[in-house]
Amino acid sequence: MADEVKTQTAAPATETTRETPAATPAASTPSAPATGGGYPRRDARPGPGGPRGERRPGGPGGPRGDRKFFRRKKVCKFCVEKIDAIDYKDVGLLRQFVAERGKIVPRRLTGVCTPHQRRLSAAIKQARNIALLPFQAHF
Amino acid sequence: MNRLYEVMFIVRPDVVDEDVDKLVAGFEATVTGSGGKVEKIDRLGKRRLAYMIARFLDGNYVLLTVSGSGEMVHELERRLRVSEPVMKFLTVRIDEEQKRLDKVKKIRASRVKRTPAPMAAPAAAPAAEPTPTENTPTTA
Repeated sequence: MADEVKTQTAAPATETTRETPAATPAASTPSAPATGGGYPRRDARPGPGGPRGERRPGGPGGPRGDRKFFRRKKVCKFCVEKIDAIDYKDVGLLRQFVAERGKIVPRRLTGVCTPHQRRLSAAIKQARNIALLPFQAHF
Repeated sequence: MNRLYEVMFIVRPDVVDEDVDKLVAGFEATVTGSGGKVEKIDRLGKRRLAYMIARFLDGNYVLLTVSGSGEMVHELERRLRVSEPVMKFLTVRIDEEQKRLDKVKKIRASRVKRTPAPMAAPAAAPAAEPTPTENTPTTA
């Protein structure tokens, strides 16, 4: 099994190293059929991208490695301050989550958690409908 | 079946206050006539609108909290739509939300809170005697 593992880790580095386990072809052929019929050692290579590396956290990610996905540890303002009701009438609160142009700021920038972002979004849309917030701010 | 609704509407700014009062009284009559109850009337006054409505930039905001059935709301909205001084209205059903909030408050009141929340703290103190610190260990 060790040679299969070696093949897997060697493959992403360079594709030519498929040839490296030169000593192993004899040893690997008995184990190759376990992976798949056709090619003895080709199949051992994983598909594109799969377990090649950990999933890269997009955007301002930290260095790759065993990093958690929440790189900035931004907290949800509503969870922290225990604000239950997100009211559409509370324009001051809603304005913090609305950009200059009037757009709703995505939660990856504000750090709001999903259930609160959903309620916040609904409240902002209600406020827009009753002209407490603009649909589109021109300045 | 009694549902709780919040109806917010905007009246044209060039309507005098007494006419606004008359309007609101008319809507109240509609509500009570359809078997509902007006819980609260809030005059938020003249506010600047976020965008132009009917070529006005200001509006007189009125907030009605009513309880009643769906047909009552239907009738009220029809009146709002038809009445000329009302520019926009928004009806939100809030009884489910209230139920959820009450449940959350009750859960919180049964625990001792570390950070004094504005609403829960005074309610928790008289409601539930401070149980010996059954603190949920939260990180500071």
